[in-house]
Amino acid sequence: MPAGQIVVLILLGLAGCGSARQAQAETADLTPGIRSSFMPRGQAGLDRLEQSEMQRLCSRAQPQELPARVKQRLQREALDSVRYPEDRRWLGDWQRGEQIAQSGVGLQYSDSAEAARGGNCYACHQISGTEIAFGTIGPSLYRYRQRNGDSIDSMRRTWARIWNAHAFNACSPMPRFGDAGILTPDQIRDLMALLLDPQSPVNR
Amino acid sequence: MAVGSSAARRVAATLAMLALTAAWTGSVAADPFATYREMLGEDNPAELAVARGQELWNTPRGPNNASLADCDLGLGPGVVRGAYAKLPRYFADTGSVMDFETRLVHCMISIQGFTRHELTERPFSERGARQTDLEVLTAYVAAQSRGAIIDVPQRVRQERESLARGRALFYRRAGPYDFACATCHSAEHRRIRLQELPDLTGAEGARSAFEHWPAYRISQGAVRTMQWRMADCVRQQRLPQLVFGSQVSIDLITYLGVLAKGGAMDAPSLRR
Repeated sequence: MPAGQIVVLILLGLAGCGSARQAQAETADLTPGIRSSFMPRGQAGLDRLEQSEMQRLCSRAQPQELPARVKQRLQREALDSVRYPEDRRWLGDWQRGEQIAQSGVGLQYSDSAEAARGGNCYACHQISGTEIAFGTIGPSLYRYRQRNGDSIDSMRRTWARIWNAHAFNACSPMPRFGDAGILTPDQIRDLMALLLDPQSPVNR
Repeated sequence: MAVGSSAARRVAATLAMLALTAAWTGSVAADPFATYREMLGEDNPAELAVARGQELWNTPRGPNNASLADCDLGLGPGVVRGAYAKLPRYFADTGSVMDFETRLVHCMISIQGFTRHELTERPFSERGARQTDLEVLTAYVAAQSRGAIIDVPQRVRQERESLARGRALFYRRAGPYDFACATCHSAEHRRIRLQELPDLTGAEGARSAFEHWPAYRISQGAVRTMQWRMADCVRQQRLPQLVFGSQVSIDLITYLGVLAKGGAMDAPSLRR
């Protein structure tokens, strides 16, 4: 294409759609500037900048205003992602679970890639009655067993929530601890015990 | 250095008193840092950085042996007072939107002859190490906007595009934890552990953030800048390293600054 033609096309583009450009700015295309704004460091590579479809759909001020069918699809896909324990052993060791809930180590470039990861649950949730340094982004999980019961259905739902919280709450702010491979199934078992073991300080 | 030694003594005395108070009452105050700030009063250790920054600003340095007295921060060459409260903004000479720190680097390159690499390879001081030139210069210039009303402009297309990108970035979820800035900063009165999180979707929260950076971070024993604040949030977001002065960093600061319009600068402040 001759250079003159390109110029004409550009001018037409500029003249023709002031309001369209405004709208475009509102839903800014971030892709060009993003990759050049980051450097790989430690365990955090540039691949982390790419968005999954869920991340893209949930990147908005009011994700609850997504169409109901979209939210239902996100929840169905999240529920399908859950891998339940094959041996049906739901509960591990609540004391190890407490350590996992306390630890904020994991997946930051400042974290060792070899170090055991935590769930950092206390960052957002009240859990045991004795830890007062808890965050309030998520709901309180104190007295979890009393509030949710210990039926198989309750076990399954709790496991699924930890594995992929979008299963019941599309665009949940909570990380997908199982689905994203942040915690191992054994660690999730220990967190399950923290929430559901009658001996756990959450329930005693 | 009289200010320095007196400030250091007051800090030591305050820490000792805080420890005593905590032991005495056996309780955890809702915000022990508020008490600490109150006790420090005028003696913000950041004043040391401000003084050093002022000296650096006015000293001929670099290959060109020039001071920064002619640096144009948006209000004309040499005008420092009130400039920080009106940044980021579009600069015709570079054809881009720049926040204060990016503009500072531009001046140090174009006027003093430093290289970008030597200025931005390590923009922030390591823990316990001497503050970098960029940090003390930022503390100095921010201090010259104390009381100035935040007025980050939206006059030209590039400034409006920066805001639009910044807002979209604020809500953009990515990384292994699916975090956006909004994950933690989109509701009032939320905490991570005991740390209060500003709601950065509204003017009140945005002002409380923008007014107070750069800040002397008590937990780090150092002045930290807005670029540092952005990069360290992004680290906790589990994303890769945010590049100093990158478009994403400037767009996020533009978003925050425009939202904070009308607030009054009070930096460098004291922060946890």
